[in-house]
Amino acid sequence: MDTRFSGSRDTCVYGEVTRSVSWYGSCFLYFGEQNSNHTAKGGTTIKTINTSVITEAVMKMCQEANFYLGNDVLEAFKKGYESEVSLTGKEILQILMKNAEIAREEQVPMCQDTGFAVVFVELGQDVRIEGGDFYEAINEGVRRGYTEGYLRKSIVSHPLERKNTGDNTPAVIHTKIVPGENLRIIVAPKGGGSENMSAIKMLKPADGVEGVKKFVIDTVKSAGPNPCPPIVVGVGIGGTYEKAALLSKEALLRELGEKSKYPDIAELEEFLMKEINKSGIGPQGLGGKTTALAVHVEIYGAHIASLPVAVNLNCHAARHKEVLL
Amino acid sequence: MTQIRLTTPLTDEMVEKLRIGQQVFLNGILYTGRDAAHKRLVDLIKQGKELPFDPKGQVIYYVGPSPAKPGKVIGSCGPTTSYRMDPYAPELYALGLKASIGKGKRSPEVIKALKQYKGVYFAAIGGAAALIARSIKTAKVIAYPDLGAEAIHELVVENFPVVVVNDTLGGDLYEEGIKIYSVK
Repeated sequence: MDTRFSGSRDTCVYGEVTRSVSWYGSCFLYFGEQNSNHTAKGGTTIKTINTSVITEAVMKMCQEANFYLGNDVLEAFKKGYESEVSLTGKEILQILMKNAEIAREEQVPMCQDTGFAVVFVELGQDVRIEGGDFYEAINEGVRRGYTEGYLRKSIVSHPLERKNTGDNTPAVIHTKIVPGENLRIIVAPKGGGSENMSAIKMLKPADGVEGVKKFVIDTVKSAGPNPCPPIVVGVGIGGTYEKAALLSKEALLRELGEKSKYPDIAELEEFLMKEINKSGIGPQGLGGKTTALAVHVEIYGAHIASLPVAVNLNCHAARHKEVLL
Repeated sequence: MTQIRLTTPLTDEMVEKLRIGQQVFLNGILYTGRDAAHKRLVDLIKQGKELPFDPKGQVIYYVGPSPAKPGKVIGSCGPTTSYRMDPYAPELYALGLKASIGKGKRSPEVIKALKQYKGVYFAAIGGAAALIARSIKTAKVIAYPDLGAEAIHELVVENFPVVVVNDTLGGDLYEEGIKIYSVK
């Protein structure tokens, strides 16, 4: 859609309104009627996106992420099933595949813990949001998605008073400003059971890669059956305390098995995957070799004094949906 | 895996025969309860007050189901992680609770209570929530409706599949699994 901006916003002339939806894996491109591109003086194109489009997209993604387990996870189940040595482990993987099928067919959540709505936003710097508060638009999408989709409301408003908000808000929203005129939104509902088994540690630079390996493997071993193995292991190395934690969560967004672009980190991922699957924890912790479906490591620059490592565990319901507006 | 069918309420004799690794199909009534409901139950015990249900011979399922879609008995309904109920579980086993169902490791205190009061701990498959819901035939809230998903529900189940993780002899299937399948 390419509409030209002429004069003030009030006299904006909209060209042809197009609506096209195309799928790229779990990502769809969606140009709603309420998005428009304007070329301002000086030639910069500004795309306007209405908050109602954002709410609608978030609402849909909350439900789709919970109903439809990604093909990458299903493929990893199959691979695990083929290589699993424990009969109980094999049976569990089969049950998880069946469960995903039922969830998809009946449009019910694959897991009763439909998660904290974690939302990653990449906002193009040439996008203008109109129609209200951007964060409230996302929260409204979560509210509607969880209510209309019969998803569980798992969020309390005050961590100590612990009264349920009744609509699964607030979402946890991470926003990045990026070049361009697109708005990418990823909804990744995160279960509490696996989140509780996650850990962060400020290692000494002298601890090096061996220290990192030990911390990741110890975290997975001490979690044992609790985070619902087979798990996805997200690791963040570097940055500051909070940056490492965020990297470890971002690592969970990667398609399962997609390697790091850095050869040494890809090698580390492979090493950790092998070691974790030697632990014997297995599916549901009842023994076996399919403990992790994938290990993803993200890195960032670090302070000369620090080597932060964060390990974010995800259960086998590795859920995320993405939209590009 | 040996398969056993049991109907609640459970007796000492029934649970004493169970051994880690056995697959059990439960029938009859299960009571749901997780963090907030357990806190309230144990507060009542401390105050010497009556509980919303008599735990004697009963089974508690650690779950907070998702809401039922129209026409459905219940929403998705898989187990939650059990260790969060560890501070409360021994007091309920002391009152005659025979089993709890969840996922994940129990504390040494709970394992001791299982031996002392003749109880077992079962695991259901975490995350198989859409499938598990199919074995639930009726569901009604019997206490704490203000807790939403955390309210105590009385579920009537048919062939609800679980595995014995901790038995009355102090066995632990999670430790056994690692012993068998870990690679040095």
